[in-house]
Amino acid sequence: MTSGTPARPRPEPGGERVVLDAGDIARATTRIAHEIIERNLGSSDVVLLGIPTRGAFLARRLGERVLRADERDVPLDTLVGTLDITLHRDDLRRRPVRAIEPTTVPAGGIDDKVVVLVDDVLYSGRTVRAALDAVSDLGRPRRVQLAVLVDRGHRELPIRADFVGKNLPTSASEHVSVRLSELDDVDEVAIGKGGDR
Amino acid sequence: MRHLLSAHDLSREEAVLILDTAAAMAATQQREMKKLPPLRGKTVVNLFFEDSTRTRISFEAAAKRLSADVINFSAKGSSVSKGESLKDTAQTLQAMGADAVVIRHAASGAPHRLATSGWIDAPVINAGDGKHQHPTQALLDAYTMRRHLRGEDAIGSDLAGFRVLVVGDVLHSRVARSNVDLLHTLGAHVTLVAPPTLLPVGVGTWPCEVSYDLDAAVAARPDAIMMLRVQRERMSSAGGGFFPSPQEYSRKYGLDGARLRALGPDALVMHPGPMNRGLEISAEAADSAQAVILEQVTNGVAVRMAVLYLLLAGADDRAGVSTPELVKDSV
Amino acid sequence: MSAHRYLIRGAAPLGGDPTDLLLADGVIAATGAEAAAQAGDAQVVDAAGLVVLPGLVDLHTHLREPGREDAETVLSGTRAAAVGGFTCVHAMANTQPVADTAGVVEQVWRLGRDAGWVDVRPVGAVTVGLAGERLAELGAMADSAARVRVFSDDGVCVSDPVLMRRALEYVKAFDGVVAQHAQEPRLTEGAVMNEGVVSAELGLTGWPAVAEESIVARDVLLAEHVGSRVHICHLSTAGSVDIVRWAKSRGIQVTAEVTPHHLVLTDEIVRGYDPQFKVNPPLRTAEDVAAVRAGLADGTIDIVATDHAPHPVEDKDCEFDAAAFGMTGLETALSVVISSMVLADDVDFGWADVARTMSAAPAAIGRVADQGRPLAVGEPAHVTLVDPDARWTVVPRELRTASDNTPFAGRELPGRVVATFYGGRATVLDGVPQERTA
Ligand SMILES: [Zn+2]
Repeated sequence: MTSGTPARPRPEPGGERVVLDAGDIARATTRIAHEIIERNLGSSDVVLLGIPTRGAFLARRLGERVLRADERDVPLDTLVGTLDITLHRDDLRRRPVRAIEPTTVPAGGIDDKVVVLVDDVLYSGRTVRAALDAVSDLGRPRRVQLAVLVDRGHRELPIRADFVGKNLPTSASEHVSVRLSELDDVDEVAIGKGGDR
Repeated sequence: MRHLLSAHDLSREEAVLILDTAAAMAATQQREMKKLPPLRGKTVVNLFFEDSTRTRISFEAAAKRLSADVINFSAKGSSVSKGESLKDTAQTLQAMGADAVVIRHAASGAPHRLATSGWIDAPVINAGDGKHQHPTQALLDAYTMRRHLRGEDAIGSDLAGFRVLVVGDVLHSRVARSNVDLLHTLGAHVTLVAPPTLLPVGVGTWPCEVSYDLDAAVAARPDAIMMLRVQRERMSSAGGGFFPSPQEYSRKYGLDGARLRALGPDALVMHPGPMNRGLEISAEAADSAQAVILEQVTNGVAVRMAVLYLLLAGADDRAGVSTPELVKDSV
Repeated sequence: MSAHRYLIRGAAPLGGDPTDLLLADGVIAATGAEAAAQAGDAQVVDAAGLVVLPGLVDLHTHLREPGREDAETVLSGTRAAAVGGFTCVHAMANTQPVADTAGVVEQVWRLGRDAGWVDVRPVGAVTVGLAGERLAELGAMADSAARVRVFSDDGVCVSDPVLMRRALEYVKAFDGVVAQHAQEPRLTEGAVMNEGVVSAELGLTGWPAVAEESIVARDVLLAEHVGSRVHICHLSTAGSVDIVRWAKSRGIQVTAEVTPHHLVLTDEIVRGYDPQFKVNPPLRTAEDVAAVRAGLADGTIDIVATDHAPHPVEDKDCEFDAAAFGMTGLETALSVVISSMVLADDVDFGWADVARTMSAAPAAIGRVADQGRPLAVGEPAHVTLVDPDARWTVVPRELRTASDNTPFAGRELPGRVVATFYGGRATVLDGVPQERTA
């Protein structure tokens, strides 16, 4: 059996260009946190569900900022969870089998809540489609929104993000690497040559 | 790995991946919506040459909760009791487009034959073959032990350092063989306890200890004790005359109240079922708070979901190759 | 007897100095310089580099006819035997009907004579229907046209000690021998492979060595007690070798055979559950293989016998438990003996030993007067030419036997039978069987 360790994008010598640095990522995250509060008239009904791997870390960062900005003194776990979408992917049959990541939902559940899905890159939209299916297995939220750090275009499904850190026009032959310090020792987004998923 | 034929074939990493995946599957089974989509459009065949409603239902539930279509093919009692038609049956399943075959058979090695003879392309999952192996039983046993003994830290862990007794008819037991292999791979220390007549010649090479004395083994305070089913007919001369009487077996190798107390309250009491209450296990032990026998059944579904998922999801290169052959064969 | 005349040039008798042999009128008419001098219009066979052996004699062949012609017939089996270098085979009695009457053994004998590939010597059943209950008419079979001298219930053991004693005694009247398939039945119920480390792991029911050894021990003691000779079929364990060695040291008239497969294969090969490796007695351990090879080399084991046991595909294309026991062997026997004995460094075994164990001794045990004779002037022209340096790969479909159940499929083996002469007629030339021209 093959375990599906997420492949860490390898920098190619000379072929990469950093488009967001640590400061850019921090500012984008803070802005999105404020937008979420603004759009939903507060955060008390909001649940942030991060899509593993990097979306889960982004969701925690967003959650901390939302609680701070909304001046709430509650544990992060009451606002933030993770949503594994492996079992709902439509490309299961094209890839080696992946290990399943945990799904954790805040104790209050998601029924009648506003669920904000959080991911690092929005591309074809297929991941979000799978996430919507996964959410519907967990309950019936009042509304589902989508927050991404980078929208690089090339949608294959009628999906758009509600909150975007940066719109990044790319060609399909390029790949976008998001690196977060929790995993990659550095915060940055880079574009390189060679298509990715 | 293409098939699951024997617990012996699993590396530590593969075994831990299956157990971790089973944990993820078990979590989804706490929800109201238990059905998951990853095997949508796949057909899983339960090919049972031997009666085992429990195992069949467990595999069936696992496959259905992953959205696979399930065909139950019970070959017991039909004309398919002689060996030569295993081949015909396999080729029929191939022609029907089976994506996986779960096989239970009284002949040791039958799943191995199915997987290696070229009769069928689909992954083969051994649901118990003769006296050989029952790998998903060993996996669900290991899962149950890990959950209880490791608690919060279960994910990613093995069973290193734990001590397990496996008691009873080892000679005829595929459960014992599978458990010795898997528990050893996961780092646990296994002691087989049985009368010498119910141990195979050659057991000395297995990665475990062997004892004839249940009381001494219990006194060593193992972390878990697994009681194997003993068939009453084994005492008759026609059945092999393996022990003098059920009473003597029960006295020397049964898990009664006294031995239960000697184990202490923390040792898990396990049994693969179905139990012979009063023979290998007393009602007191079977119904005690430390018995996890029903939970083993529950965990069986999650473990089998994990195995089906890991063997079948992402297997489409194989299907892409097999489709033209299927057309050719049916001409 | 035959108009066939062959001048074999430059062949090495039993691997010794090359010489010429003239085969004429069914006998070895001349050797050395005389051979060419008398050759006349004889067909010349260039045998430079080849070893010449007396025609091979198999004491243990299942030809399956009558009854299982889907597996083998006397015709197909004896043709395969000729290709394997044999000029005589003993056809085992476990046919359907069982060869337990003069009628059946004469039928087999006639089929063999009509086929003309080798001398077919039927083996008579010891008990009626191989049922182990009462003696078959051994005397009638001995007196029949088939002149049966070897009696065996092979496939099953004559396990009743009284019945075995009676058989041993009774065949003395016509210098017969009982060939015992040594298998204690109660110790081997449901058994499909050697009992040991491998069977324990595979969960297959074990066939313990003691089930063979206990019968071998009992039967040599019985033979001693009643002063009869006894032959042990397909001896397979180290313990049996020890018992036979001890019995011979006491002067007991015991002879023993080993099969080619028990000289090379072990129970480890059963791990794949491939029924091609299911055989009775089962493949044993490496220690047993070493013991039977040593026993064959030191004469404790008298002969190599093939136990050629053809089965149709469907009897092997199934679960291990459900499959038939047995392997083909006529066409691979000599090569396996060459590779496991002649070419092996750890035993002392030459071409003379091949001739002894695969021709002279089996003919003597079977009381076949005109087989297994020395390569000398005036002896019957049963002769086999072997290329010791040739190597060939076993392809089941290419073998002449009607069945595919060789355990050596895909293996490269040394030594190839180039020609076989049976009663002066070339049954095989250049490795190809030669049909009789009318
Ligand atoms: Zn035999």
